[in-house]
Amino acid sequence: MNSLNLQRLGSKQLARQILTLVGLSLVATQLAAASLFINDATVHPVTSPVLQKADIIITDDRITAVGPNLTAPEDATVIEAQGRPVTPALFAGITALGLEEISAEVSSVDQSLQWDPALNSTRLRPEFDVTPAFNPHSTAIPVTRIEGYGWTMLNAGRFANIIGGRGRAVALDGSYQNFLSDPILFISMGATGSTISGQSRAAQFMLLEQAMEEARTEGMAWTPDALLTASGRRVLVGYSGNGTVVFEVDRASDILQVLQLAGKHQFNAVINGGAEAWMVASQLAEAGVPVLLDPLVNLPENFDMLGARLDNAALLHSAGVTIAFSQRGDATHNARKLRQAAGNAVSYGLPFDTGLQALTINPAQIFSLPPGHGSIAVNAPANLVMWTGDPLDVTSIADAVILGGRNMPMVSRQTLLRDRYLPQNPAMPRAYIKN
Amino acid sequence: MPSFCRSSAVLLIAFVCAANSAKAQTEVQTEAQSEAQPKAQAYAQPDAEVYPSTYQPLPSEPVLIVNATILTGTGQRLDNSSLLLVDGKVAELSDGKTIKADQDVTKLDAEGRWVTPGLIDVHSHLGVYASPGLEAHSDGNEMTAPSTANVWAEHSIWPQDPGFTRALAGGVTSMQILPGSANLIGGRGVTVKNVSSVSYQGMKFPGAPYGLKMACGENPKRVYGSKALAPSTRMGNVAGYRAQWIEAQKYIADWAKYQADVGAGKEVTTRPVRDLRLETLAGVLHGEILVHMHCYRADEMMTVLDMADEFSYQIAAFHHAVEAYKIADELAEAKTCGALWADWWGFKAEAYDGIQENIAIVDRAKRGCAIVHSDSAEGIQRLNQEAAKAMTSGIASGMVITPEHAIQWITANPAKSMGILNQTGTLEPGKMADVVIWDGNPFSVYAKADQVFIDGALVYDRHDPAKQPVTDFELGQLQGVQP
Repeated sequence: MNSLNLQRLGSKQLARQILTLVGLSLVATQLAAASLFINDATVHPVTSPVLQKADIIITDDRITAVGPNLTAPEDATVIEAQGRPVTPALFAGITALGLEEISAEVSSVDQSLQWDPALNSTRLRPEFDVTPAFNPHSTAIPVTRIEGYGWTMLNAGRFANIIGGRGRAVALDGSYQNFLSDPILFISMGATGSTISGQSRAAQFMLLEQAMEEARTEGMAWTPDALLTASGRRVLVGYSGNGTVVFEVDRASDILQVLQLAGKHQFNAVINGGAEAWMVASQLAEAGVPVLLDPLVNLPENFDMLGARLDNAALLHSAGVTIAFSQRGDATHNARKLRQAAGNAVSYGLPFDTGLQALTINPAQIFSLPPGHGSIAVNAPANLVMWTGDPLDVTSIADAVILGGRNMPMVSRQTLLRDRYLPQNPAMPRAYIKN
Repeated sequence: MPSFCRSSAVLLIAFVCAANSAKAQTEVQTEAQSEAQPKAQAYAQPDAEVYPSTYQPLPSEPVLIVNATILTGTGQRLDNSSLLLVDGKVAELSDGKTIKADQDVTKLDAEGRWVTPGLIDVHSHLGVYASPGLEAHSDGNEMTAPSTANVWAEHSIWPQDPGFTRALAGGVTSMQILPGSANLIGGRGVTVKNVSSVSYQGMKFPGAPYGLKMACGENPKRVYGSKALAPSTRMGNVAGYRAQWIEAQKYIADWAKYQADVGAGKEVTTRPVRDLRLETLAGVLHGEILVHMHCYRADEMMTVLDMADEFSYQIAAFHHAVEAYKIADELAEAKTCGALWADWWGFKAEAYDGIQENIAIVDRAKRGCAIVHSDSAEGIQRLNQEAAKAMTSGIASGMVITPEHAIQWITANPAKSMGILNQTGTLEPGKMADVVIWDGNPFSVYAKADQVFIDGALVYDRHDPAKQPVTDFELGQLQGVQP
């Protein structure tokens, strides 16, 4: 297993050096982003049919050729796929990767602005932006990356306020600020938001309408009942007219209310959660509103989710709704579980290709990433994963992860812990086993 | 014979340990009743069995499953084989041969399909933290004192939790329902069969020993420390457990003296007063009740193993135990199982060192006992997928792990830790016919349980809506809504 064969082709002499995975880890960190050649792969471009026995040429951070019988550039590092599947690097869902190290430790969690009377004279702070808190050195990022995930959407303000604030798509390549999308606004509706909106979901619409009214009032003077700061008004009004707003909402009737609200204020709405979205699939399709959902949700966790079912994804897809996947629970540390969730959606009727699209091109398009993201095509960014087998099955793992044209080391704090404790009966304490 | 049975010869519950044969449950119970010793010496059930199981197997007909790939739960894989279920029991298992059966037997062709024992979850909160997760349904943690050994999880179970039916569709036939982990000693857990019933007594696994939920680490010290009560530290946790065991020792001594005095014909004026909390703890020290302990960190588990030596009891399993891989040999040596997740980590500091090879490394130790548990209404539906991930991680790090071996993590091993391996957990003649027919290799994200049998009765059929239970709660919701 894990027998990635890395071969370096010299200019004249074919110095074939086959490295083990451990060896690859050491070498890969030293490789400058130059050219990579993936030989003999089953390529899932996701925007076009699967290519058997195809090769991929990567030059710097771009894909420069895809197809059968390509010739490796002279300086290329060759990855022998031996027929294994290659997909775009996956979307990790809406998470707090890089915003949260240990969920229960407040000092290590930055995704939400808790309402604090001393800090906030107003209740709603759409101007709150989580991205300055993003830390690419969080251990959760390599843990997620080596499982085949290349990017995530940073969540803002979950459960803290109805308007949680703003997050952006970010690459999981270890860069400090490789943000891939414009800021996206997050709003929580329904049962999840009712405790923060006077304990009535009806008040959520009242408050949002008031906030929009304030936002549209230029030069509004502060009043004691104001919901927004001047900065908040500027940010919020900017979403009216095609700004992407993620609404976390489950109940069918609430989703319809959100569609009305979004239509009225011209938000580019995205539904997240959507446990009962299938019940209003035709309305969602007609409004062109996509849904991010967790395919494992099939229990009435609350009264907003009585209609939760395993074929939600399949039903939405067949009604013409664009879907993508995101997890409901501890989406951050469990981000690597998202492809298992996708596999379950396929098991319950979603076409396999759509399952893969819902982890790649669909979220890239929903969040308006630059062209090419989430697909394998000439000129697309070189963000790819080679798998040991079916990328949606639990018996497959990522064999190689290429982000920005770089073959990423398959090392995380967890693999180092594993390698520390795998040897049996070491002579010295395990503290001396460091790589 | 499992070590927890070592001191139970005189106990009412002894029949659990004695049920080593393939005797019918009724026979075993009769035998046990006839062997029952003076009641006051049994701590788990000092008087007659209270809140007794009223579970009765549902009606069944003989079933012959043919052409199946069978994972027996004993480490064997039988290809193109047959399994005969008669009178609620596994009657016969063939290895590549056909089984001669009566004409009237229902034949199920399992060509291309796989058969396993019914799955068992050693750590569930179904019914005590039911769906929907209403405030009214928060019945899993009695967070009013650090030791609530007096409470029994079964008294919180809402049998209408829709989670039971979802778990059934995932092939789960038995589970242990535990109190939560807020307390050092949370209370008794109960083992149930995953059948629909208006009462938990109707689900209660006949003859299964009780479990005792205990908890290490962050949860108890946070819950009580934040109220300025003990414990507020890990050392406070340990002091708290030890004080409880010392009380239990005295309780045992008091009752023993009373029994001895009565037996010697002495005039006895004061009978010790029954104490529900100490009855449970004494039941542990007497080997009647099995300890299931929530514990994440390796160092804390080592402390707790020493404590178990100090007070001479056995720990059936450490639950969650994300650092079990650091002490795999020590756990095996102590005959303590690790009941683990495939990949959860990071949600709190004591879960920071979680790795995906945890289960495989615990399993690798000589006589190691690895269990995949859920602690989750979602996870319990997909124990096979969780086991598949753990198997895959182990293989990727160089271990040889076959499906016939890994299936034990969700069948025989949890059964062993719950004290029910003599009745279920493997497909061996004489055992309860708790069986799942999968539509393919269960170690795949695409595998689904086609049919689930409990004690030989078909209780779930994916292809027959008439054989899919619906709870009272879900009946009549969303009327008129159809896909």
